[in-house]
Amino acid sequence: MSVNLTLLTIMGALYACGIYLILERSLTRVLLGLMLLANATNLLILATGGYAGLAPLYNKDTGAQEYSDPLPQALILTSIVISFAVTAFLLGIIYRTWVLARQDEIQDDIEDLRVAETPRFDAEDDAPIPAETSEFPLTMLGSDGSSVSDHATVADGPEAAGDSITAGAKKIPAEDAAAEEQPGSQNVTPGPEGGVK
Amino acid sequence: MNIASFAPLAVVLPILGAALAFLLIRHSSAQRAVSIAVLSLTLLLECALLASVWDGGTAAVHIGGWLPPWGITMVVDQFSSLMLVVSSAVSLAVLVYATGQGMADGDQDAPVSIFHPTYLILVAGVSNAFLSGDLFNLYVGFEILLTASYVLMTLGGTGARIRAGVTYVVVSVVSSVLFLISIAMVYGATGTVNMADLAIKLADLDDGTQTLLHVMLLVAFGIKAAVFPLSFWLPDSYPTAPAPVTAVFAGLLTKVGVYAMVRTETLLFPGDSLNTPLMVAALLTMVVGILGALAQNDIKRLLSFTLVSHIGYMVFGLAMSSVAGLGAAVFYVAHHITIQTSLFLVTGLIERRGGSSSVDRLAGLAKLSPMLALLFFVPAMNLAGIPPFSGFLGKVGLIQAGVELGTPLAYALVIGGVVTSLLTLLAVARVWNRAFWRKPSDAEHPDPVLLAEPEDSDTGSRAGRSNVTLLPRTMVGSTLGLVVLGVSLTVFAGPLFAVSDQAAHEMLDRSAYIQAVLGEDTPIPPLALKDGGGK
Repeated sequence: MSVNLTLLTIMGALYACGIYLILERSLTRVLLGLMLLANATNLLILATGGYAGLAPLYNKDTGAQEYSDPLPQALILTSIVISFAVTAFLLGIIYRTWVLARQDEIQDDIEDLRVAETPRFDAEDDAPIPAETSEFPLTMLGSDGSSVSDHATVADGPEAAGDSITAGAKKIPAEDAAAEEQPGSQNVTPGPEGGVK
Repeated sequence: MNIASFAPLAVVLPILGAALAFLLIRHSSAQRAVSIAVLSLTLLLECALLASVWDGGTAAVHIGGWLPPWGITMVVDQFSSLMLVVSSAVSLAVLVYATGQGMADGDQDAPVSIFHPTYLILVAGVSNAFLSGDLFNLYVGFEILLTASYVLMTLGGTGARIRAGVTYVVVSVVSSVLFLISIAMVYGATGTVNMADLAIKLADLDDGTQTLLHVMLLVAFGIKAAVFPLSFWLPDSYPTAPAPVTAVFAGLLTKVGVYAMVRTETLLFPGDSLNTPLMVAALLTMVVGILGALAQNDIKRLLSFTLVSHIGYMVFGLAMSSVAGLGAAVFYVAHHITIQTSLFLVTGLIERRGGSSSVDRLAGLAKLSPMLALLFFVPAMNLAGIPPFSGFLGKVGLIQAGVELGTPLAYALVIGGVVTSLLTLLAVARVWNRAFWRKPSDAEHPDPVLLAEPEDSDTGSRAGRSNVTLLPRTMVGSTLGLVVLGVSLTVFAGPLFAVSDQAAHEMLDRSAYIQAVLGEDTPIPPLALKDGGGK
């Protein structure tokens, strides 16, 4: 059985270009990439049918092994129809993206952005421990009468630090600490149509 | 004339219904009647199918009289008919819910005229995938349901939905291309795409080719079933869709992927060649998924992560390739379709009543609407696996099977399963505590709706429109129906588990399936699995 090397090479090139294109951020290129992938797959299915033979129209004088295998071609037809529908739909989506956001880029997920922008400062875990307010302070006095507690007190807390806040050993900007106090969805200002400004 | 000969109607009826609904696009009440009637009829037919194979037996229908392995075959056995009944029952409940929402909101947010035909096509695709007896028809079934789901996902075309839809469409198309490549490879290697025929012919291939085909099919289905690490797309895309759409996607679409994985593992590639990687994937799916859920504030996103996490249980049962494990997995799929869908429907109601789906903004819903609290509480506890609910029974079945298997990896999965179950309880309990239990004044950013003095009227203004019925009876009723269905899975767990076990036994045995499709006198290839499943 001979292999059609030209078709196989074209198939490989289509796969390579298709994979490169779907890794792009531009939606139109992603669509082109998907189309190339679908067509490369069609060539692959064609290749599985074996050698090219006669058209599979029954003729009692022709031996069974001389026909082309018709099944892969039926599969390809189905797959072409499906990829046609998906391409049309994606074109619609791309047009809609353009109408809404005037851009042809895959937009970031808002929730992902929120997670990415959440400062490492966590109010519950990292804030300086406030001054002891109980009636029975556990502050131990050193031999010279000064406190040896390593807990930070109100005096060197947020107010004293000006525009940065001492969080344990590190300082973080006050605005990050302020952002930390807000619920997740508030950190990122969504654009008018859900994108991120 | 056997009832199983009518199996293709489970696909044809919804498609015809979709055509009719599309013709009635300007008459929304007629459209509603048509789609609900068609779906009820399909459900009745599928119940009859399930009844006909309830005691065992497999029936094959050869479409157009073309004999296998050349023609298209549809196979009705216990697993496929059970999936059909559960999926249609769930789809019907969601359709009623969506109809109620459309009637209450005046069809402005979602163009319901498009919704009905597309929804019926989705159901047809799901039925086709469940019934399909050959790989290419399975691919076509997948494509039908995916194309319909693209439309449903981007219904209304708002910015957020388009953004989520792009991710969803591109990932789905890539997985479909992978599936198609696998089909081409399988055809190149064996010269057939009929699954019963493949079950015989794949065994003759050498090990390397078999492993390659096996892995490719599993990766293609793994993307659809959202198995870690191929689950990244799901929590990004599902939550933005309209509530009924998210509910039906969460219930059905991933389970179709699981169904295809089950068929691949039992019929095409029996044996335990890839069981270890599958078990590791199952463990990671469970644990990573539920850890993701714990980090979420939004109930819809949280539920999407629990969805991913619980897919791990099904893969776990599948990967053990024992009758006990597979039987428990079949039961778990049926349980999870119902429960996950009802939770998403309830979240839709929460969003209507409380004005938000973020637990930072919600509070005091238990006092505001005790009915809503009950509707959330029962499936949430069911999902977490609290006795006596079906979630508990399914997990116990899986854990028993894991202990029976007794390998270190199986024990790791048993522990992972228990931990995941506890963390699920933590995740849903946090939603319960914050959205239902605390006072509105304790909420971080309470929605103004909740702070207002409780009013007796059941209408309010949402999204700039006033006088919206907050909890329409049809929506509450359909959710209640689904919750009751979930509870009845617990009540009838005995017979259901018996059927699941029998289905698992037949799937691992394979002879009934192969002989039903290819004829009684087909020799059955020896199983690669030595003892036919751990007893």
